[in-house]
This record gives sequence, C-alpha cells and structure tokens, in this order.
Amino acid sequence: MCGIVGLFLKDKSLEPELGAMLSSMLVTMTDRGPDSAGIAIYGASSGNSAKITIQSARPKKDFSGLEAEMEKELGTEVSIDIKSTHAVVTLPKDRLEEGRAVIADLRPDIRIMSSGDAIEIYKETGLPKDVVSRFAVNSMAGTHGIGHTRMATESAVTTLGAHPFSTGSDQCLVHNGSLSNHNNLRRELKREGMTFETENDTEVAAAYLTAEMAKGKNLGEALEGAVDDLDGFFTFVVGTKSGFGVVRDAIACKPAVMAETDRYVAFGSEYRALVNLPGIEAARVWEPEPATVYFWER
Amino acid sequence: MPTFDLAVTPLRDLNQALHDVASGDNDLQFDVVNPRGHHAVAAGVHAPVSIDIHGSVGYYCGGMNEEAVITVHGSAGPGVAENMMSGRITIKGDASQYAGATGCGGLLVIEGNASSRCGISMKGIDIVVRGNIGHMSAFMAQAGNLVVLGDAGDALGDSLYEARIFVRGKVESLGADCIEKEMRAEHIELLSALLAKAGITDARPEEFSRYGSSRKLYNFNVDNADAY
Repeated sequence: MCGIVGLFLKDKSLEPELGAMLSSMLVTMTDRGPDSAGIAIYGASSGNSAKITIQSARPKKDFSGLEAEMEKELGTEVSIDIKSTHAVVTLPKDRLEEGRAVIADLRPDIRIMSSGDAIEIYKETGLPKDVVSRFAVNSMAGTHGIGHTRMATESAVTTLGAHPFSTGSDQCLVHNGSLSNHNNLRRELKREGMTFETENDTEVAAAYLTAEMAKGKNLGEALEGAVDDLDGFFTFVVGTKSGFGVVRDAIACKPAVMAETDRYVAFGSEYRALVNLPGIEAARVWEPEPATVYFWER
Repeated sequence: MPTFDLAVTPLRDLNQALHDVASGDNDLQFDVVNPRGHHAVAAGVHAPVSIDIHGSVGYYCGGMNEEAVITVHGSAGPGVAENMMSGRITIKGDASQYAGATGCGGLLVIEGNASSRCGISMKGIDIVVRGNIGHMSAFMAQAGNLVVLGDAGDALGDSLYEARIFVRGKVESLGADCIEKEMRAEHIELLSALLAKAGITDARPEEFSRYGSSRKLYNFNVDNADAY
C-alpha cells in the first residue's frame, strides 16, 4: 500500500497555492504510507536557467562552499538554495549536464534527485507531515506537482527508495504497487545506457518511460507501452515539464480516484485526499479505467 | 433523529451509536454529514435503522450490514456493503472496486457505475447496478443475483457457481465457465421483482440477457482442463 496525490493546475491563480494544496492532500494519505514521503513540484521555468535538486545525508558538510566551488569549475554564476537535506542548484540551462558532472566530481556523496527547467524533488524517510514541513512545501508555487507516501515492499526504507523517481530531465514518476519483471527490464535498460541509483522496482518504471520518450514517444505513447511491457501491479502518476499522466495496470487493484474542474485535474489514491480542493463538490469525479492512459498537457 | 457531523465527530462515535441501538428503540433515523471519504462509515450495523449519509464515503461503507437501510448520497469507495447479511444499501453515485463482495443477503443498489470485481464471491446478496460494471465482476459468485442495466467489463462471472447474472447492455467478455443462458418465465419473474425492489421502472426484464455457470469447474475433471 502507498498513497499518491497529484495536481495539475489549469487556473493560473491557483499556482501560488500548489504547494499548500499538495501538502494537505499528501498528509491525508499518511496511513497509506507512513515510511517516507516525497514531492515533485514543477515551478515556473525561468528563461535561460535550469535547476538541479541535490540531496545529502550530511548537508552541512556537503553543501558548504559548494556554490563557490561550482562557480569556479564552471566559470559561470551558480546559486544554491539549501532546504534541509536538499538544495536547489540554479545554473544556466546550457551548462546543466556539465553542472551535474561537476557536482558528482566535487561531492561524490551528493545524490541528484532531479534536474531540468522546472522540476524540484524533495523526499525523505519519515511521516509525510514532517517531510512537508522540513522542506516548507506549503509555501511552494508551481503549475503541477505529484506527491507520494510510501509503505515499502520491494526495497529498503531509505531516502533514495522514496518516491518520486526522476530518471530524465523534468520527468518524474510515483508508483503504488509492485513490479515483477523489474530485474530483467533493468538489465535491458542498462544495456541501452540507462543508469540506476537503487534496486527499487519503481526506478525501473521511471527509466523505462525515460528511455521510451528518448526514442521519440510522447508521454502518452510511452505510458501505452508500459501497460504491455511492465508486469505487476501499478498505478502510476507521472510528470513532465508540461504534462501530467496516469495509468493503471489491467487488473487495477491499486486504487485511484480523479477529479477535474475548470481549474485543475487532481489525482488521489482515495477520495479523502481530494475533499479539501476548491469546488470538489461540483467536480467530475471518476475512477480511471484499467490499462487506459490519461494525460494532460499544457 | 441523531445527526453526526464527521467533520467534528470521530467516526467511532457514530459507529458506536449505531451499534448501541437496542431492540425496542424508536429513534431509528440517523443522518451523517461531511463523510469526506471516511472509511468504514456505518459498518457492522445490526439493527433496523435508517441511515442517510450526505456525501461520499471511502472503504467498506456498510460492511457486514444486518437489517439497516443505508443510503449514500454520493459515491462509495472500495468494498461497499462487503459481506452484507440483510437490509438495503443504496449508492446514489458510483461505487469503486468489489462492491457487495462476499455479500450473503440483502439488496445493494448502485445508481451510478460500479467498477471492477463487483459482486466478487457473492453468497446470496442481490446487487442492482443502474450503470456499468467493471472487469472480473461476479468472480466465483456462489449465490444471489447481479443485475446490470448498463454494460459489463471483461471476464464476467469467471469461475461462477450458482449466482445469476442479468445484463441489459453488452458484455465485454465472459470469464471461464460462464455462459449465456436462456431467459425462462421464472427468470423474467425474478428479474421483475428485483427491478421493482430496486425502484427501477424504466427497464423491462425482457431486455436483459442471463448468464450463469456451465458447471464444468466445480470439481477437477481432466476432460475440462481447457475450461480453466
């Protein structure tokens, strides 16, 4: 059992409240997954800059002086905004890949949670309420976001085993369920050049979608492929820079409820997660069909 | 005529009050407001009370119900009316997975759609769904009647025992050992009574098809290995 929440805003006036709305939805799903929690938030992308969200088990030591050292290595302006065990590195868009390599070189213990124009990922072990307050998710603005509360089954309760998983620029995925062909698929994806941080099944699903999209598929097409190629139980919610998608396996035993109004599209593992959303009483509320891809793009 | 507001009253207080209703009590109408997707609302009631729930509920609403008449003015999460024994539960909206699972008696009416595994392992309950039902419905259903005015999803009635299934719309596919059967006079009569009981006046029993077990999988017989 795990809990998933997601929110894709259509109404710009809600964007300053995205973090607050998602936090409240996430905390409601605590009893579906009290082990760890995580959130991916897509903020406004600002012209020529890109963001790398990094995480460290020893943030004081690893983040100290990193900004200056990166500026020196890259020869360009870098800013680092520290949020507890995570930090968001902002740098010129055309130096993103180089920036990732410099971080790996300067601080080998730092883990990269996400990188891209708009995405930031924060995840930690602990109760969802503690995780969202630690990163001040309440005050975050954005266009869309995905949250997850984890009850671990397939790998250990660690920061890196928490969701969301991001395996490509501005991409992320959360999962309720368990995959049975992830080891085989991981081997195949490794052969195609994908790299993995964990032994987790969900990371394989994320990498699968990244690899499919790298071959030219859009998110919807990649999700169609997942229905055939992934074996096991899953309700996935995925995010890209401009899109938000949902797919469930053909058995569809992992719960899912969606709601749509003129102002937003929302996802919850249970209806409980949606009850505080504005105008929910009049929203179209439905259960996504099995083996059917839903996605919204702006 | 007690009203429980679940935005301020703990769920346990509501369920305890419902469980405390004793024979001879005459204040038998309960209203529940702000259910907000709570789990196990009005579960385990065993008295002839009438409960109106104003909003949508989460898992296992009305589970194990005996005698109570429960109306959900909203939608229901997974496992509504699970293992119901008697009484009546009406869902004005949609119902999620395994509505009426293992139900032994009583009537479950879903005015919207029901999702997958509706009536799974039903053991005597009657279920009437005005809309559609999802895949694997009536899986291993043993007794009772499942009536669907809309369409049924994949693998309807897989490994069915003696439950009867009536579908007015189309069936995506039948599960192992489930076959279409002739609608005889006795079935028209039964279906008329079920529709009347569910308050449905705009469907005629003659519009339905009947499905049941071909009884090849009751006991293992190697000659029937292909039926699995």
